[in-house]
Amino acid sequence: MQSVIARPLLLLSLLSLPFLGCKKDEDDTDAARKAVLQNYANIVLANYEDSYDAAKILKDKIDLFVANPSAQGFADCKQAWINARNPYGQSEAFRFYGGPIDAQDGPEGLINAWPMDENFIDYVEGIPTAGLINNTAQYPTITQQVLADLNESISEESIFTGYHAIEFLLWGQDLSISGPGNRPYTDFVTGAGGTASNQARRGLYLQAVAGLLLENLASVRDAWQPGSSYRKDFLENTATDVALGRLFTSLGELSKGELAGERMFVALDTKDQENEHSCFSDNTLADIKMNFLGIKNVYLGTYTRTNGSVVSGPSLASLAETTDKTKNDLVKATLTETEQYINAIPGPFDQTILNNPNSVVPAITSLRTLSDRFADVGFALGAKF
Amino acid sequence: MLLTMKHPFFNLLCACLLLGACHEKDTLPVAVATEAEEFSGGANGTTFDFSENAFGVSVKGLNAAEEGYFVTGNSFFRNNWVSAPSSVQSIDGLGPVMNALSCGSCHFKDGRAKPPGSADEALNGLLFRLSVPGMDVHGGPLPEPNYGGQLQDKAIQQVLPEARVRVSYTPVDGKFTDGTYSLRNPVYSFEALNYGPMAAGWMYSPRIAPQMPGLGLLEVVSESDILAWADENDANGDGISGRPNYVWDATSQQSRLGRFGWKANQPSLLQQTAGAFNGDIGITTNLFPADHLTAVQQLAYANIPNGGNPELEDATLLKVVAYMQSLAVPARRNHQDATVLRGKWLFSELKCATCHRPEMQTGSTGAIAALQNQRIFPYTDLLLHDMGPELADNRPDYLASGSEWRTPPLWGLGLIKTVNNHTFLLHDGRARNAEEAILWHGGEGASSRDQYKQLGAGDRAALLQFLDSL
Repeated sequence: MQSVIARPLLLLSLLSLPFLGCKKDEDDTDAARKAVLQNYANIVLANYEDSYDAAKILKDKIDLFVANPSAQGFADCKQAWINARNPYGQSEAFRFYGGPIDAQDGPEGLINAWPMDENFIDYVEGIPTAGLINNTAQYPTITQQVLADLNESISEESIFTGYHAIEFLLWGQDLSISGPGNRPYTDFVTGAGGTASNQARRGLYLQAVAGLLLENLASVRDAWQPGSSYRKDFLENTATDVALGRLFTSLGELSKGELAGERMFVALDTKDQENEHSCFSDNTLADIKMNFLGIKNVYLGTYTRTNGSVVSGPSLASLAETTDKTKNDLVKATLTETEQYINAIPGPFDQTILNNPNSVVPAITSLRTLSDRFADVGFALGAKF
Repeated sequence: MLLTMKHPFFNLLCACLLLGACHEKDTLPVAVATEAEEFSGGANGTTFDFSENAFGVSVKGLNAAEEGYFVTGNSFFRNNWVSAPSSVQSIDGLGPVMNALSCGSCHFKDGRAKPPGSADEALNGLLFRLSVPGMDVHGGPLPEPNYGGQLQDKAIQQVLPEARVRVSYTPVDGKFTDGTYSLRNPVYSFEALNYGPMAAGWMYSPRIAPQMPGLGLLEVVSESDILAWADENDANGDGISGRPNYVWDATSQQSRLGRFGWKANQPSLLQQTAGAFNGDIGITTNLFPADHLTAVQQLAYANIPNGGNPELEDATLLKVVAYMQSLAVPARRNHQDATVLRGKWLFSELKCATCHRPEMQTGSTGAIAALQNQRIFPYTDLLLHDMGPELADNRPDYLASGSEWRTPPLWGLGLIKTVNNHTFLLHDGRARNAEEAILWHGGEGASSRDQYKQLGAGDRAALLQFLDSL
């Protein structure tokens, strides 16, 4: 009899204990999460600032080159493009949750659309008159506005702008088995020594598309500036479990769906040498490394800026360290392992998928595991997906 | 002592019952939640992802090879095709004329397209089938001679698009027993006809791109089940007939039951997909090896490079098909909510469920084992029904008359707004929401529609809330 009575009472008291303790725990948890989110927002801003600044250097080099085309100027533009890809590649770890970069009207498609249609922009093998550059009748002028309007006309995704449009104008079609595209700088030389036709229009196109890229990068950067409505909403008005959920969604999507799937597995599976993102410049392996670095930055809460300075603070890893050390250790071990596998892939990527496809498989497998382990930690941290 | 301990619980229980009894809803008949009906796509085919990616999740239980197909198929579904020659050979061969650059540009996020919002907006996921009176050798529509069986309003560089279509709307007013409503009727204007005038007696049919989830499950519902639901001559006298379409199957070279498309004019997802690659994007396959061009266009564009013969190889086409087959259906939300259950009861009472058949079982055929023997809730009978003159396109398609349409499945309906940011419905997107879609029902659906108009505002809302939970 005694025990029968005691049981409900015991149950009640057990129930009430956590309730009493709960409020303070909740506050502590929330404060700890907020510190992580604050540091995340700082990293996002720094990374987009670097992306913008690197694209600005690219635009400046392009302006110099177009004003006075030379082999050296052309090489400078290409190097500036490769440099600009580094911060942007890392920033892709801020995608996939409908943030400023890829919300319904976000500029992701205008910035980084791939594949892009070479024929819509410029001449291609066998069709010297292809592309908007050579279509003087239909497009008498080439300006940023003309390109921005065109993007809306044929598809919701960009086929005229972004990093890869610039890449195509700098490198040209990659028709070679062994190297990148080989566009001569003289494609931009007006008058004597010029190759192809409509060289001045090609220069205008290159400048316009670099200008648009800057504009679009500025818009995402500014969305993360202190005082901007998005950042304020993210840090102050979004429940911390929901915000954490976004971070994990982003990490999971980039590592599994996008990087392991779209960017690596599909290239392997189709065995198409150029079914890779930076196919004109053969910069694909660097893209993959930068995407992975972005994943690491977000999880470990540390970002090394272009100028070498470091933005660092409370991270998902430090949060997980106190909540579920075992799962955190698993993620960290998988990060280390994945990095080793990615670094072991020989370049250029388009050669590797044809000649040494097995060297890509461990990285794909490891990225998939990583995604699943992110989900485990996310659930352990109470993130809401 | 034991008794006193029990008392509080007992009282609590009574209070619950009393409160429940006071609630107005409980005085009205409601349906019960069928066991496991929240698993719309069955045990394997249901996802609980209700985010904007809700239509893009794979079913459970795929084997390793099928998981790989899903990834590659997704890529070829989503990414743009480009014109040939391109550095990327596996994805070139776009056009010369087309409606879209990729599957995903119309089925954005594996979802549903919307019609243009204004006369100046380009079509993006709405296309027009064309024909002239008569039938082809297989009993299908006879293509319009200057434009073929489909109007392509986009083209690659150096090629003229076929036409420009502008959509505008005129209001159509109507009355509930307790109020009024206004629908919008689409009006199409075909401009810039770049390949000559349309032939005498030409017919067109607007078709919007629907959402993709659950197609693989519907493909393996057994044919005998579907035929058992047909009631061609309305033998049971309920005013609702339901009849199968039989269409040409290019793979087996014979006539087969049609299951997919707005008029059930496609026998399989393979043919639907290869047909869409061909007609919508201008991509050839072994099933449809020639570009969708008229004789005049073929001559004019003979020198335009193609992307290979065929442009999309069988192995990759099959992966895209496998991708579509393995898209899971989102689970029901709030299926036990009292208002939703009242709506469910009304859905049945108004005979909506006669055509929008709630429950069925998948068969044990098909390549993907995970899709077999699933208890699913698609809300369709996959049959043709006369929907009356107002919805009619007046363009026959195999056995489907100009006023017959296939019952579209309703699963996933409530998540279109989440995935695609709109709620437009029906074959041409004229209905701005589910209520307007109901109000457009005519023909065999007229009686259900009239009963809906007689419902009070509360019950109308309950029915819509039920639809939203699908």
